[in-house]
Amino acid sequence: MAKIIVVTSGKGGVGKTTSSAAIGTGLALAGKKTVIVDFDIGLRNLDLIMGCERRVVYDFVNVINGEANLKQTLIKDKRVDNLFILPASQTRDKDALTKEGVERVLNELSAEFDFIICDSPAGIESGAMMALYFADEAVVVTNPEVSSVRDSDRILGMLSSKSRRAEQGLEGIKEHLLLTRYNPERVIKGEMLSVEDVKEILAIELVGVIPESQAVLNASNSGQPVILDEESDAGQAYLDTVKRLLGEAVPFRFLTVEKKGFIKRLFGG
Amino acid sequence: MSLLDYFRSTKKNTASTAKERLQIIVAHERKRRSGPDYLPQLERDILEVIRKYVDIPADQVAVSLEQRGDELSVLELNITFPDEKR
Ligand SMILES: Nc1ncnc2c1ncn2[C@@H]1O[C@H](COP(=O)(O)OP(=O)(O)O)[C@@H](O)[C@H]1O
Ligand SMILES: [Mg+2]
Repeated sequence: MAKIIVVTSGKGGVGKTTSSAAIGTGLALAGKKTVIVDFDIGLRNLDLIMGCERRVVYDFVNVINGEANLKQTLIKDKRVDNLFILPASQTRDKDALTKEGVERVLNELSAEFDFIICDSPAGIESGAMMALYFADEAVVVTNPEVSSVRDSDRILGMLSSKSRRAEQGLEGIKEHLLLTRYNPERVIKGEMLSVEDVKEILAIELVGVIPESQAVLNASNSGQPVILDEESDAGQAYLDTVKRLLGEAVPFRFLTVEKKGFIKRLFGG
Repeated sequence: MSLLDYFRSTKKNTASTAKERLQIIVAHERKRRSGPDYLPQLERDILEVIRKYVDIPADQVAVSLEQRGDELSVLELNITFPDEKR
């Protein structure tokens, strides 16, 4: 039985796909058989971030409609063992995912894999609902910025009322806060919400803090999940995050400004 | 206090403004989520009725339904009237 983790946020462009790719790859690196499922129907992008866009033959909707089987559709990663991608469809039909169809595919995957990572689309419409409905755990990707925090809270509401676990009266979805695009310099200047601020407002357990990093853009440019860039701050922050998801206690890094600049040394910050 | 701290404290700290606003709106929206579906419409209706008599902005009317124990629900109306006499 696989553990199903949804990577969600409400707001778009906060780093869900970046995080899904990194976390999925990290779990596979840790020896867990992992599949990352792109739920962003119509706006397929996980394939690009994972660097397998030229290898897509069939997609999630083809499998649901019985036009292809999983074996034909899953793309095996060429760099990391135990890692597979199920690409989203480019169809414009927003209702292509049915609850029954998604459940059937997830059940089939569940028999094969240790982890299923669901990369959610933005919004709170049916696509996002479908991505979170069957989840056991949720990684709520949040930027330290007002609209992202508010949207994350709305998603938390959905997780606790609109999911399968909620509807069937099972134990609730385990919620993790992943703060991304964090800029400690701006936090110190009082221009950006701090980790503590966001934690206090959302009141869920913190699983990771990913700094705003050039490495993320470099990674997406070259189709390498950033976690494979082990030298980079963002790569290391994602490695820590994966360890925490697997139950390890890891101290948080990249929360403070690394080197003191000239001006700050002068005035003593 | 260092010179830098001095400049910091005189500048308006937008992050703390953001935090305060978020705490209020998130608490408000959580309360609403946990309440019955008719509550927002009830709030609008009440606002309409009051506006027949007094011109007040929407954020001066707060309606909440609180569960107290198993038997009792309390509907709380909080209306702040404007200062000036009409
Ligand atoms: N930690 C980060 N540092 C810098 N840029 C980031 C970071 N995380 C995400 N981004 C950028 O933000 C944009 C949106 O990211 P993406 O993962 O596609 O978000 P979503 O899937 O939530 O829409 C991309 O351009 C990505 O490169
Ligand atoms: Mg995305």
